[in-house]
Amino acid sequence: MKIESYFLLGVAAFFGLIGIIYWVTSYEQAGTMMLIGSCFLGLLPGAYYLFWHRRMGNRLEDRPDATIEEGAGRVDAFPSSSIWPFVLGLGAFATVLAFAFGVWFIFPAAALIISALVGATLESRRGGTV
Amino acid sequence: MTDLIDTTLTGGDIGHPGVFEEVEAAHEHPEHGPTGILKWLTSTDHKVIGMSYMITAVVLFYIAGVLALVMRLQLASPTSSLLSLSAYNQLFTMHGSIMMYLFAGPFAFGGLANFIVPLQVGAPDMAFPRLNALSYWLFLTGSITMIMDFFVRGGAAAFGWVAYAPLSEATNSPGLGGDIWIMALVLTGFSAIFTGVNLVATIFYLRAPGMTMFRMPIFTWNMLVTAILILIAFPVLTSALVMLFCDRHFGTHIFTVQGGGSPILYQHLFWFFGHPEVYILALPYFGVVTEILPVFSRKPVFGYKGMVFATMAIAALSTGVWAHHMFTTGVVLLPFFSLLSLLIAVPTGIKFFNWIGTMWRGQLTMKAPLLFCIGFLIAFLMGGITGVILASPPLDFFVHDTYFVVAHFHQVLFGTAVFAGFAGLYYWYPKFFGRMLRDHLGKWHFWLTFIGFWITFMPQYVLGLMGMPRRVATYPTNLGWQSWNIASTVGAFLIAAGFAVLLYNLWISWREPILAGDNPWDGHTLEWFTTSPPPHHNYLHLPPIRSERPTWDYNHPDAPTVGHGKQVRPRPGTPGAPALVGARSGEGSNGSDGRSTTR
Ligand code: HEM
Ligand SMILES: [Cu+2]
Repeated sequence: MKIESYFLLGVAAFFGLIGIIYWVTSYEQAGTMMLIGSCFLGLLPGAYYLFWHRRMGNRLEDRPDATIEEGAGRVDAFPSSSIWPFVLGLGAFATVLAFAFGVWFIFPAAALIISALVGATLESRRGGTV
Repeated sequence: MTDLIDTTLTGGDIGHPGVFEEVEAAHEHPEHGPTGILKWLTSTDHKVIGMSYMITAVVLFYIAGVLALVMRLQLASPTSSLLSLSAYNQLFTMHGSIMMYLFAGPFAFGGLANFIVPLQVGAPDMAFPRLNALSYWLFLTGSITMIMDFFVRGGAAAFGWVAYAPLSEATNSPGLGGDIWIMALVLTGFSAIFTGVNLVATIFYLRAPGMTMFRMPIFTWNMLVTAILILIAFPVLTSALVMLFCDRHFGTHIFTVQGGGSPILYQHLFWFFGHPEVYILALPYFGVVTEILPVFSRKPVFGYKGMVFATMAIAALSTGVWAHHMFTTGVVLLPFFSLLSLLIAVPTGIKFFNWIGTMWRGQLTMKAPLLFCIGFLIAFLMGGITGVILASPPLDFFVHDTYFVVAHFHQVLFGTAVFAGFAGLYYWYPKFFGRMLRDHLGKWHFWLTFIGFWITFMPQYVLGLMGMPRRVATYPTNLGWQSWNIASTVGAFLIAAGFAVLLYNLWISWREPILAGDNPWDGHTLEWFTTSPPPHHNYLHLPPIRSERPTWDYNHPDAPTVGHGKQVRPRPGTPGAPALVGARSGEGSNGSDGRSTTR
């Protein structure tokens, strides 16, 4: 994960630098804040990856000589189908309609969102594969 | 339901992407998942979701294109009464918004990337398949919301795709149209952010063994960089829109001078999103072109690492130049933004150089995908040159808000989203469906689009220099503008004719399919190794990954292995069978019926 983390730390370094230059040349707050925010966007995950890279070294996908056979074993559990993303999407849709057309849309929205959250959680629970 | 992707032949490490043979699962668990519409509603397969994205985006392209034709009809005569002034405002707003937010971006990062990136890195799916499905549903409902805008009282939003405050504030744009427009973009904004997260996680965590970062195809690299740009830019847009909504309804004065707010703040927020957005729309298409040119030149990509770093440089600079859209406000720092804007020409130039270098002395196969790529190169070059003109403040002061700008951004956007987008469609269509698009129809499509493109947009440069402002529905009769406008309208209809040819091509490929086989172009990258269309969870076998073009290496065992555009060393031995990583045992553990993986 070294390259991944350097990549993100590079994002952080770039925005940190530009943020400082921008601030001292313009004293404009909005742009500075956004640049600093972007700096953190790279810094936090980048530092986290670096931490894990130090601990666990190169993964198979980081090693140029890794063979496919070495990757045998559990990959992960992938959901193959689920209705809940759709229900959650409808809930989000109803929520924004509430802002445009009237508060009463909140009720179907809440019902959809809650059922989607509960449904999706139970779905992962029952699976117990991860 | 959950698929447990398990590769058990050699029982290696847990937690690594491996690849699987699906024999067992496929035999023992016949297909009995949800079918028909329910299958579509519940699918978390990145290929189904990617295809839904592409179809939806092309429908939206069609709608926005019809709006453009209506506008062009209006402009064909100086005092046309086809549209009222307010209707014209609604049309260009909706055309711009749909093209930018709902077609060009989602077609690339929701459609193509969703389908192709997991395949290119050798992953069974996206990292978060259910989040991926949610992204699509947010995109679809957001698009429906946007279209609803036409049907509400007071008509659609009419403040342009940038929705500058104070024009977009409640006093100047009352009515539901503006609210619904905002809400549509809140939905699609979240959709984009989730897709960005998903792409980054997939690329960082689900690569196949041996697929190091610097062996990833350039398309995947570009999508990684685009995803980071999305994560930087879209949250800013969404929050600006939420603030705008508060101004409109909850009595805040964030962007209104009266209450102590600042309209310039809106412009800062918007363009901090808006300029990277231009590259969010462009970089994926650069990636498409970089995939196609090597394959159709029968050469590895020239300057692989240069391409990767140029992409990063473009992305980085693009986030630093937002205020070049605000030169004429008089409040921004001209040298800082002007310098950074001009610097972008350097990495873009490197890319151009490498594209030409890839084709140079290659055995070019003049098929539709390559033609569209060449169309892209020419259009983008022209748009880039005029962009450099606009990045220089003295010239920008002269042509700002004229048709010169309209011509410039259409050449850039059309060059990328349309030419390179269609190139990608022709290139990957065999992978999507296992059937070919007819090449002679593709050529018709190309030439109509290409000629129409020049006839539409070149006259607009002239109009801009003559002083015709953008966003006007009528214009004076005595300035000699009409003939240029007529030319532009004719060109637009040629483009539409080209699109009709594409539709026919798609239709005939269903009626009378020409089977494509798995690898019709002798492709380089991993996606051409699997079947067309790929099976559920993508790969039954993977070849050894020893360079940036594993499929090509596998199919040409005698040719030397190529690393990063150079021949690094002769290929060690000839490969045997593709590495089989053993049986993938899938247990449908999560549903009620304990069913398998292979649907
Ligand atoms: C199919 C060919 C196209 C034609 C004939 C066309 C035509 C037009 C016309 C007539 C306008 C209004 C100009 C004005 O009055 O200021 C316009 C604006 C615009 N178009 Fe296109 N267009 C096409 C394709 C595209 C594409 C592919 C994109 C982006 C991916 C795009 C993005 C925009 C944007 C962002 C605006 C500005 C809207 C605004 O002023 O707020 N167009 N187009
Ligand atoms: Cu810009």
